[in-house]
Amino acid sequence: MELAQPGRGGQRLMTVLQRKNPTERALLAGNRLYDFHGGLRLRHNKKISCETPVERAPLPPRLFVPMLQHSGREAEPTVREGQQVMKGEQIGCFSHLGSGCIHAPTSGTVSAIVKHPISHPSGQDGLCVVIRPDGLDQWKQLDPVGDWQSADPEDLRRRIRSSGIVGLGGAVFPTGFKVEDANRRGIHTLILNGSECEPYISCDEMLMREQPDSIVLGAQILQRAVGARRTIIAIEDQMGAVNQALEDAVARSAAEDIDVVKVTTIYPEGGEKQLIQVLTGLEVPSGGRPTDLGLLCQNVATATAVARAVTEGKPLVERIVTVTGNGVHRPRNLLAAIGTPISDLVARAGGYTPGAARLVLGGPMMGFPLATDANPVTKAANCVLVLTRDDIRDPGPEMPCIRCGECARVCPAQLLPQELNRTIRAEAWEETRDGGLRDCIECGCCDFVCPSHIPLVEWFRFGKSRLRDLDAEKRRSDLARERFEARSARLERIKRERKDRIAAKKRALRDERDRRDRIAAAVERVRKRREGTE
Amino acid sequence: MSRQFATGGAPHFPPRNTVGGVMREVLYALVPGIAAYAWYFGPGVLIQILLASVFAITLEALVLKARGKPLAPFLGDGSAVVTAVLFALCIPPLAPWWIALTGMVFAIVFAKHLYGGLGNNLFNPAMVAYVVVLISFPQVMTAWPAPEQLTALGFGLQETLLTILGGQPAGSVGWDAISGATVLDAVRTGTDAGQTIQVITRSPAFGAVAGHGWEWIALWYAAGGLWLLWRRLIAWQVPVALIGTVLLFSSAGWLLDPAGYPSPLFDVLAGAVLLGAFFIATDPVSGCTSDRGRLVFGAGVGLLTLVIRRWGGYPDGLAFAVLLMNMAAPLIDRFTRPRIFGHD
Repeated sequence: MELAQPGRGGQRLMTVLQRKNPTERALLAGNRLYDFHGGLRLRHNKKISCETPVERAPLPPRLFVPMLQHSGREAEPTVREGQQVMKGEQIGCFSHLGSGCIHAPTSGTVSAIVKHPISHPSGQDGLCVVIRPDGLDQWKQLDPVGDWQSADPEDLRRRIRSSGIVGLGGAVFPTGFKVEDANRRGIHTLILNGSECEPYISCDEMLMREQPDSIVLGAQILQRAVGARRTIIAIEDQMGAVNQALEDAVARSAAEDIDVVKVTTIYPEGGEKQLIQVLTGLEVPSGGRPTDLGLLCQNVATATAVARAVTEGKPLVERIVTVTGNGVHRPRNLLAAIGTPISDLVARAGGYTPGAARLVLGGPMMGFPLATDANPVTKAANCVLVLTRDDIRDPGPEMPCIRCGECARVCPAQLLPQELNRTIRAEAWEETRDGGLRDCIECGCCDFVCPSHIPLVEWFRFGKSRLRDLDAEKRRSDLARERFEARSARLERIKRERKDRIAAKKRALRDERDRRDRIAAAVERVRKRREGTE
Repeated sequence: MSRQFATGGAPHFPPRNTVGGVMREVLYALVPGIAAYAWYFGPGVLIQILLASVFAITLEALVLKARGKPLAPFLGDGSAVVTAVLFALCIPPLAPWWIALTGMVFAIVFAKHLYGGLGNNLFNPAMVAYVVVLISFPQVMTAWPAPEQLTALGFGLQETLLTILGGQPAGSVGWDAISGATVLDAVRTGTDAGQTIQVITRSPAFGAVAGHGWEWIALWYAAGGLWLLWRRLIAWQVPVALIGTVLLFSSAGWLLDPAGYPSPLFDVLAGAVLLGAFFIATDPVSGCTSDRGRLVFGAGVGLLTLVIRRWGGYPDGLAFAVLLMNMAAPLIDRFTRPRIFGHD
């Protein structure tokens, strides 16, 4: 496992150029490749799971479909216990992002709605709709778009939104929202991310090998849905057969605006920001989105989900999961219904080897450990990695930071992790903010190289949540202060007005008295004069 | 039916390196230099290393115990031994045993643990120790034998041991017979007395460029340092900036006045510049942490070393230069933060 040698030559010049004309540079995306800072060359370990074709995993006796499978809040179940559901029928809905729902992965009966492990990074249980399959696997009435090429782009976007599609690369951001945003802001280039950079994971590679036409179709539909001018499908230079498969599929589709680009395999080049930097030399601004550069980034598997949703009318109810690692007997890729317990997938992959010691959902760099294989497959579950004790040798106790700076050298966000580690532990939150904690992409490169075995990313997650809390607190206190100030001003105003009113009344009274006095005086004068003359 | 698993944080990979691993490789990299040094100066070199290491480990254990810290991980990290070896390489090979003891007390107890232990020391412990004993015991600390002289005087292991433990030269030899001036001393006293460099360096003690024996030891240190660079265990910025600065400023003086200033090659190869450039100024804890900061740090050490050599009170100045730059390191770090991704 050697370190990458990022060639930084010219990078600074490019940074200067990009400031001059970012849009034009983004338009040239893919014409030449750029470097990104840091990164790691890791052993791939992908081959072991690529030797057999993707296989459909059989339906388990019960499916546990979590209501939280996307970034954001948990969805509300829209079914009752005991209810019959058809495959593809909506069973849960979340409305806060206006981007769709969760659908039944097969036909059957809702046997329960319970708290259950949900394969979430937090490790907490969440609400699951439990479905007992009836074995018929019968789709609901499907309503595909007749001809996507002549369909209204808005109709295409509505389809994507209502099909429960989320980013299948792992971020699980609702695609419907992303597509709406891209359409509103206007983008010119769609990037399909097939550079699956984390070791062991091969589900996207297998998908690109086996269903390249579906990916190209998805690209074309997405392109139409958001009004993009062209598409780049980015793959790794080490994915042998994939390039040809995709090139052939593009040729078959007769699309002239789709290019397949091979990027150098350096972890984490498949991260959205890094991939954009590699393709365009541009940096997504801090706190911004790729749409700021006129780009939309989608995972290749998301594109196939889009193609299926539009041309077949089928919502997202299954995904390819890589089941791999030295902890399983026959590593492979499985097409699994959402909600399938991981234990069933492992059994399908030949079961655990005697040394199996850790169960990870995701890759070895960013994946999170699962406490039990009762956790179900979710839309985010790209990989089930079972590692043996040798794979994860105990790093020993954490040592103090010796400021060796390795972490900074490999950080693709160009941060100083050693400094962030210090400021977070010292709870120096302003310094932490200035140090760019929020630009951390949690790729784990720093963690991997740290000779002191400091769990840096864990600290950074903690720091981020503290910063969020502090911001919320500040907003609350700002709001409270504003309210207080407004109230004081209002009370002041009321007091002043009352005073003014009283004063006015007094003045009026005084005036009235004056007037009366004056009249009385005049009357008196007249009377006296009369008396005098008489 | 479901199986339970123990959880642990990402990344789910065996650790790539450990603090102990880094320190061990630093020690391996010192082996060629130590061998060359012992070749020219006899077994005293190794005895000093052994003495200092034993003192350092003992003191480290005592302080760790006093601070209520676990012994195994911190003794195993090897940082105390690296400090001890670097210190031992800076003191005369026949220095009495209590020099090593005094040095290690200041290095381990004062410079390291009173500042919070590994990772928290502001100053390079080995250099603090060296400067303390240099200032406190100038006579002992400047009693350098000439290379190969000890062998010529018949100093074997036994005589060397007796000298170090007894504090007096063994047998009938006096300190006068043993201690000579280093080439840096010769240049300093010579130029102060108004002699030209050409006259001063004519003596055979000057070897090819920078002292018979000494220049080879320095080159072997550099070889070990290059290995560390290749292994990416030290940042290239420090040695490059340090040696570059020495070359640059030394060349400037030499070109202006070749009779008054030694050649740039002499300045790089003599004294502690190469040892310091690869092994001392590269101490990550007390140095700068950003790339640009490390360039500034290295350049500062190089420049201050030359300034002290030319105009200071000591013939060599690397230790002082390192300590002065240690003080400046936090400030340099503050002003050399890299631009963050996505920021202007």
